[in-house]
Amino acid sequence: MEDKPLMPDLNTPPHQQRDDTPPPQTADGNFLVPGFKSVDTGHETTEPLKSQQEQAENQKPKTQNQLVQALILTGFGINCEEEFAAAYRLAGAEPTIVHLNQVLHGEVSIHDFDILNFPGGFSFGDDLGSGVVLANKLRYRKNAEGRTLLDDIRQFIAEGKFVLGICNGFQVLVKLGLLPDLAGNVTPEVTLTHNASGRYEDRWVRLKVNPAANTPFLKGMDTLEVPVRHGEGRLIISDEATREHIVQRGLNVLTYCDASGCEVSAYPHNPNGADLNCAGLTDTTGQVFGLMPHPEAYLSLYNHPEWTRRKRQDPTLSEEGDGLRIFRNIVEHVQQHATQLHVEAASAS
Amino acid sequence: MESIQRTIQLRLKPTRHDGEGQRVAEAAQRHLGLRTGRVQSTALYTVRYPLTDEQLHSFATRCLQDPVLHDVALDEFRPIDSIYKSYILVAKLPGVTDDEGISAQNALGDFLNQPLDTHTQHIFSKRLYFLEHELPAQDLRRLAEELLGNKMINRFETGPLSELRDYTPRPGGGADAITELVPLVGLTDEELVKLSKDNLYALNLEEMRAVRDHYATIAAEREDAGLPADPTDCELEIIAQTWSEHCKHKEFSAVINYKDAATGETKQIDSLFKTYIRNATAEVDRQLRQNGNDWLIKVFSDNAGAVRINPESLFVWKVETHNSPSAIDPYGGAITGILGNNRDPLATGIGGARLLFNTNVLCFGNPEFSGELLTNQLHPRRIFEGVRKGIEDGGNKSGVPTVNGSIVFDDRYAGKPLVYCGTGAVMPMQLAGQDSWEKKIDPQDRIIMAGGRVGKDGIHGATFSSIELDETSPATAVQIGSPITQKLAMDFLIIATRRGLIKCSTDNGAGGLSSSVGELATISGGAVVELEKVPLKYSGLRPWEIFVSESQERFSLAVEPARLDELLALGREMEVELTDIGYFTADGYLDVRFAGEAVAKLDMHFLHDGVPRKVLEAELAPVAAQEPTLPAETDYTDTLRRLLGSLNICSRESVIRQYDHEVKGRTVVKPLMGATGQAPQDAAVVRFNFESWEGVAVSNGILPRYGDLDAYQMSAGSFDEAVRQIIAVGGKLPNLTPGDGTFWSVNDNFCVPDSVYDPATNPDGKHKLAKLVQMCEALRDATAAYCIPLTSGKDSMKNDFKADGVKISVPPTVLYSMTAKMDDVRRAMTSDFKQQDDVVYLIGETYDELGGSEFYALHGELGANVPQVRFDKAKELYTLVGEANDQHLIQSCHDLSDGGLAVALAEATFGYGFGADVELTGELSLTAQLFSESHSRFVATVAPEDVVAFEALLKGRATRLGTVTGNGRLTVRHAGQVVVDADVAELRDVWSNGPVNKVIGLDLDAVRNANEGSTSGLG
Repeated sequence: MEDKPLMPDLNTPPHQQRDDTPPPQTADGNFLVPGFKSVDTGHETTEPLKSQQEQAENQKPKTQNQLVQALILTGFGINCEEEFAAAYRLAGAEPTIVHLNQVLHGEVSIHDFDILNFPGGFSFGDDLGSGVVLANKLRYRKNAEGRTLLDDIRQFIAEGKFVLGICNGFQVLVKLGLLPDLAGNVTPEVTLTHNASGRYEDRWVRLKVNPAANTPFLKGMDTLEVPVRHGEGRLIISDEATREHIVQRGLNVLTYCDASGCEVSAYPHNPNGADLNCAGLTDTTGQVFGLMPHPEAYLSLYNHPEWTRRKRQDPTLSEEGDGLRIFRNIVEHVQQHATQLHVEAASAS
Repeated sequence: MESIQRTIQLRLKPTRHDGEGQRVAEAAQRHLGLRTGRVQSTALYTVRYPLTDEQLHSFATRCLQDPVLHDVALDEFRPIDSIYKSYILVAKLPGVTDDEGISAQNALGDFLNQPLDTHTQHIFSKRLYFLEHELPAQDLRRLAEELLGNKMINRFETGPLSELRDYTPRPGGGADAITELVPLVGLTDEELVKLSKDNLYALNLEEMRAVRDHYATIAAEREDAGLPADPTDCELEIIAQTWSEHCKHKEFSAVINYKDAATGETKQIDSLFKTYIRNATAEVDRQLRQNGNDWLIKVFSDNAGAVRINPESLFVWKVETHNSPSAIDPYGGAITGILGNNRDPLATGIGGARLLFNTNVLCFGNPEFSGELLTNQLHPRRIFEGVRKGIEDGGNKSGVPTVNGSIVFDDRYAGKPLVYCGTGAVMPMQLAGQDSWEKKIDPQDRIIMAGGRVGKDGIHGATFSSIELDETSPATAVQIGSPITQKLAMDFLIIATRRGLIKCSTDNGAGGLSSSVGELATISGGAVVELEKVPLKYSGLRPWEIFVSESQERFSLAVEPARLDELLALGREMEVELTDIGYFTADGYLDVRFAGEAVAKLDMHFLHDGVPRKVLEAELAPVAAQEPTLPAETDYTDTLRRLLGSLNICSRESVIRQYDHEVKGRTVVKPLMGATGQAPQDAAVVRFNFESWEGVAVSNGILPRYGDLDAYQMSAGSFDEAVRQIIAVGGKLPNLTPGDGTFWSVNDNFCVPDSVYDPATNPDGKHKLAKLVQMCEALRDATAAYCIPLTSGKDSMKNDFKADGVKISVPPTVLYSMTAKMDDVRRAMTSDFKQQDDVVYLIGETYDELGGSEFYALHGELGANVPQVRFDKAKELYTLVGEANDQHLIQSCHDLSDGGLAVALAEATFGYGFGADVELTGELSLTAQLFSESHSRFVATVAPEDVVAFEALLKGRATRLGTVTGNGRLTVRHAGQVVVDADVAELRDVWSNGPVNKVIGLDLDAVRNANEGSTSGLG
């Protein structure tokens, strides 16, 4: 209020003075911090107090360059990058949060990574429709070599790498035409629009994994619980043939269902009125996966609205959330693939 | 380029459901009683940029159109078929932020693959609605102004379709950069007062005289310096902003002569703030430190308070109000309230804290009000809906979870609503080797403005909020918020501070640059500002307008010259506009120039310390109150139902679900939990990060009703409510053991009606001020009792709305917003009954305290026996509850508040549908046992095997009521009779279908029908 500091500011509180060796400096004395690859990966100093178990796991066999590399885009209103990074870290990968401009300007190459991630948020405020402006940027903005980021992403996928989009990120992939991309020419075939309720909603839903799904992201999974938090999550497939293709090839990998695991179209189980009661899609390769709900918001048991009762019923319950399984799946898949390549390379030589 | 203006229209394909059109039609019918017939909504983008036909067409179809949903029409303003007869065009007024237009422009730049000149707006977004019925002009205009936009932001064109007119704003034009002189010397008192009112200075006579006298004494000095003797317009504006009640808290610093009419006791209070808030916290801090708890780091002296979480990080906490703007433009007022409050923690110390959560407390008039509105008074429902939407966009689009909140209804908030916005954030103790909470500035450091551009929006916000609202309140005082612009600035600040590029930062809120630079300049001892460098949204602003404009999403940064280039490069990379607008000095002057010409040169000492101190009178009049005689209660079950369905108790789910309460993935106790997702919780619990289990509990205490009986007990009760909510979720009182590090950080927010006595305009001003004194006394006593410190706060002193000769004043209201550290969020407790056969206890004591209760309100009575806080007993109890939770003895815990025990029991069944069978055996009347709102009480459940240990620990402070049952019924027995017996699902239904969800809620049938349209996926 009106008075100037009188207390306790004047008695500077005791705090631990860090023994900080200064970071490398340029000739003019400025700190040299590479790019936006934030050392704290979006977390404050309190954060890296890993549980001992996790630490032991992560330290086990891998060396730094063997860790699966996940690139997480941020900037322009994207806002779920921190929990996205946490998900990959908990899954044993190395996440890197990068501002989209770093990639667009060629300072960071997506090809140095195994998994490209589009987190949720409100890129460009959802003006013009969710994900539209960002998709537009990826499609049209050319770098110095005259390539668009979409060109790079297509190459990335062709090389067998993985793309994950959640919520706003899913919207971007759909508006860009990377999902479902039945025709293989990256043209929008379906869309995501305003929920049937006409409103944004945050609620927990249950999803059933399509048994016909063919994607490492969902390997071994049957159902999962996750929160939805969106206003424009209603999948619209206007073309009958497109719908048939999607169903035939099992690209509608996640379906809203009720507590017993049965598909339902009733609100609020299907929170947005999506066609096929569909919550997530893959492309035909299974490498590109997008979904409206937020698995990265269910990394720990303590995110669940029923955690207090569940823990009461079973005190030994795992402290991990359903959402983490998706990240573990893809990280393990990439690791195994890398090991396989390694083995093949070794046997070939 | 004048001649080129093309318009792209997007309309939904005929096969697509036009949800927006349907909602407009429904809302017109429901809220305005207008029958529009079918409504078609379309989006227009007017492009003022040279494009070939082919380019325009490609841009429209590839970038704007969703081929699945839309048809595109170029330079056409036609509906899709011919049934429509009227139209409403909603455009933006010149200079109003047009985020959608800017995004489209961004897309055009990407599409053309060339940078567009961002200083000019090339694309303007509009909405065009077609209505089936031919409505008279006044109805169309009403529909436009009440449902589709706001006349202070939007320009509407309406009429029959055959006479369709377009409108595209043309910003710019207007006056040149002119600075005028405002002579004060020789003005009479009346003229001084008139000058202050005409220019919205909001200064009283004494303050105007002080300014005049100051200029008289420094006339010679100014002439020597080549300055005019008379003040410039800019100087007076700066003084007015800096001296505003909003910025200076003159009434909280005033000398108050207090008299209690009943006892005859008199005393003089030397500043409410110093006496009851700062000194009380100083004493708390002394006790804490004595006990090795040294976590209080920064209180009252920065944008937000800061406490230490652990040796490496700080928790930053700020709550403030945005009442006046929300009364005029509910959506704009609320969104700028949130975003503005977010900037406080962001710009604490060096700056760059990471926001962790938001919380909101709202006070409205009855949304179902059906009487006549006063001139320019908005309907409470409209305020409610607008504010709710503003919070949704402000929080969701910033990626900050809204983890809890509260909504209070009282008819006295129908003139001016109260909109409290709170934000918690985490900041490292050290940023690039510096103490993060310190603000350091040296002369020659550059002043950098970061974020949005400056326009006329929000001019006079600070002074405007310091006066009462009336029907002539100015349009320019409303600001427009852009969460995305701010998100970009926020991302930028986080990185820049961690690289050590910023010495310190502050936000541009009330008073704009004049306040932010003015405050920062006190650190170095002066500043030179070059206003011609400030980037504008459009030309035509006078220098003083540039300096006081409250255009949003801006920060002022102090930057070492050597770091400037690196900082500017980072800004370019992250697309945040940074402008070097001057430098700090140490000469004791705030020196403002425009292109070298003096605009203002003010002695900083006079500016900050020259305001005359107010002397105010307070006199407490006795309150005549008595307990009512009510007809004998016959059906307690029905009373419970009516309470559950009452405005202040019923479910707020439809509001809560539209806020993102779990982005960042750290929310452990959410506002609604359980299998039903409908069990209301007492406080939120949020983890700080993913690697440790440390977290923070967040609660809000607010009980304005009790203030009608006893302002002291109202304030004490509000404080206790917030404390017990945190205890209920598993928090612990501070300072119980040496060095336990359990921080508490509390913000007080007083919102009171005009309490300055005036025989003509405010005859009961003395009594109102006396109530404020009592509220502050309770605050002092509560902080001392619990050893809980205040870290920041705010007061809003003029919450009155006046029109047509009628004044609507808010009841004196105080909100205590509390945060407390939880060492392990896995020990959090929730309110819901979890297992059959668990034993139900009432913890704490019930008294015959129905005064001000919801039960009496149901009968239209106030009563007299207001609930009292018994601090010592409460503290002992909270300590015991904490110990019981430490020993894992409690399975659920819910604090008792509105509606008393009966409502708390019912709410505890909402999570899973378990019932409860309880028996009341106390000596009080059954009515008091069920509905009294005595403080410091909980309903808790204990597993059967823990009953012995629990009862031994609680030492008689817990009363065994009964057990949790699996039959889904809430049964209460008394003296051998069943007095309440109801199906819990039915009770939940009554609660969920209360008036709030009805007003804000979904039309479930419509949603079901819309969902029916979706096809099945797995067959």
